[in-house]
Amino acid sequence: MTMQRRQWMLGAAALAAGCAAPPPSRARVLVVGGGYGGATAAKYVRLFSERTIDVVLVEPNEVFISCPLSNLVLGGSRTLADLTVPYTALERRHGVRIVRDSVARIDAERRQALLASGATIGYDKLLLAPGVDLMWDSIEGLRAAHDEGRVLQAWKAGPETLALRRQLEAMPDGGVYALTIPEAPYRCPPGPYERACQVAAYFKQAKPRAKVLVFDANPDITSKPALFKKVFAEDYAGIVDYRPQHKAVAVDARRGVVKFEVQEEQRADVLNVLPSQRAGALAVDSGLANAGGQRWVGINYLDFSATAAKDVYVVGDSILAAPAMPKSGHMANAHAKVAAAAIVAELMGWPVDPAPMLTNTCYSFVDATRVMHVASVHAYVAAEKNYRTVAGSGGLSPGPSELEGRYGWNWARTIWSDALG
Amino acid sequence: MHRMGLTLLLLTATAASAQDAAALQARSLAASCAACHGTLGHGVEGSVVPPLAGRPALQIDEQMKSFRSGSRVGTVMPQIAKGYSDAQIEQIARLLAKEQP
Repeated sequence: MTMQRRQWMLGAAALAAGCAAPPPSRARVLVVGGGYGGATAAKYVRLFSERTIDVVLVEPNEVFISCPLSNLVLGGSRTLADLTVPYTALERRHGVRIVRDSVARIDAERRQALLASGATIGYDKLLLAPGVDLMWDSIEGLRAAHDEGRVLQAWKAGPETLALRRQLEAMPDGGVYALTIPEAPYRCPPGPYERACQVAAYFKQAKPRAKVLVFDANPDITSKPALFKKVFAEDYAGIVDYRPQHKAVAVDARRGVVKFEVQEEQRADVLNVLPSQRAGALAVDSGLANAGGQRWVGINYLDFSATAAKDVYVVGDSILAAPAMPKSGHMANAHAKVAAAAIVAELMGWPVDPAPMLTNTCYSFVDATRVMHVASVHAYVAAEKNYRTVAGSGGLSPGPSELEGRYGWNWARTIWSDALG
Repeated sequence: MHRMGLTLLLLTATAASAQDAAALQARSLAASCAACHGTLGHGVEGSVVPPLAGRPALQIDEQMKSFRSGSRVGTVMPQIAKGYSDAQIEQIARLLAKEQP
């Protein structure tokens, strides 16, 4: 028996024994971005392939910092350290190779990524999880005001979250904090309203005469509207002032003023301006953002492959979301598992799951301990080539509760472990 | 003899890969539970939601169906359970039951 033949037979025997045989010549999956989507994808390609597929994760940050729950840092009940998880378990427990760098350019023809450091990494399948980019120039004066540190976003958790907390601490009692919300879709639909609650909870206890002004470009609260309105009215009456249909178009940081498309300008002591968002720069620069007004990545929902490039998959906030699908960390975690399974199946030469499922739960903390949720289940419908929420499934909390507060924090610890542990 | 052996092996390999593909689909389906219940049902230390790894399949199956019918109350689970069919619930239950607790 020749050597080749013996290897083939060994391979066939392994398959017959029900083990995953390694794909030809040890395939490599390159994952770019280590957030909720990317970290989960890296881990699950390893799990689903029984470690037979190599995974490289390119991520510039040394640690993972969760955006979900970072509003609690503004409220003062949690620290950034509580929301920080190292990448070490991905490497040690799952054998993911982590490269601390960022991808400058993708060569989809040659299946190569060029790193900022100048190195190149080849791949068989590329999975991008670039998150969102904030469109600074959609609001006049915002880029400069942000660069000077005067008007913060803190929509990407990290040092800026702490900087915004310091601005709130330095604000006098009787001062005004103003939050502006861009038109949907944006990352984390309930996030701005949770932030209003968290800042209001802090004011209620530390600066009872201070106000929270919420200027929303949308016609109404984007997520859990009845629940948030009830909390604003019952818990934060006289503190939170919610105003829909206020589209911010300019800021004047020197005067502490935000200007709107229609209404009169407003002054605030702390301006927290959230501009419109789009797919992360790498996706846009690679020509993948071909949907939703060229802002989001068009994908084939069955396997999360990009419609604009071969062997490239995209998950998380940067995709054009299916109907009723939020841009959330939980959703990115769910996308990543479906994409990981599809990538493993493709590399093994197996059929791709024809009926993937996604679930989502978003918990919102209305103060330090009470939480309310929205949940949904999304099933792939082959005839529509898209996901639909399953009729009768999903729903909301009846109201905020401490029981859900315990579940909310538990959710965070568990999903971090599921993605990174 | 030689050729027959080869054909047999090929057939076995094809059947096995179909099995592997089905197993992967079941794992992918059960992975939906992991965000709240932990990877393959292994909860985090001190978790306040029930770990699912190694629970009897029948128990997981019954609980999911009672959440779905409304005979068991809860916060998130009744809403999630309503999104899954009998066959999907049974697949998930069988897979998680095989895990070491």
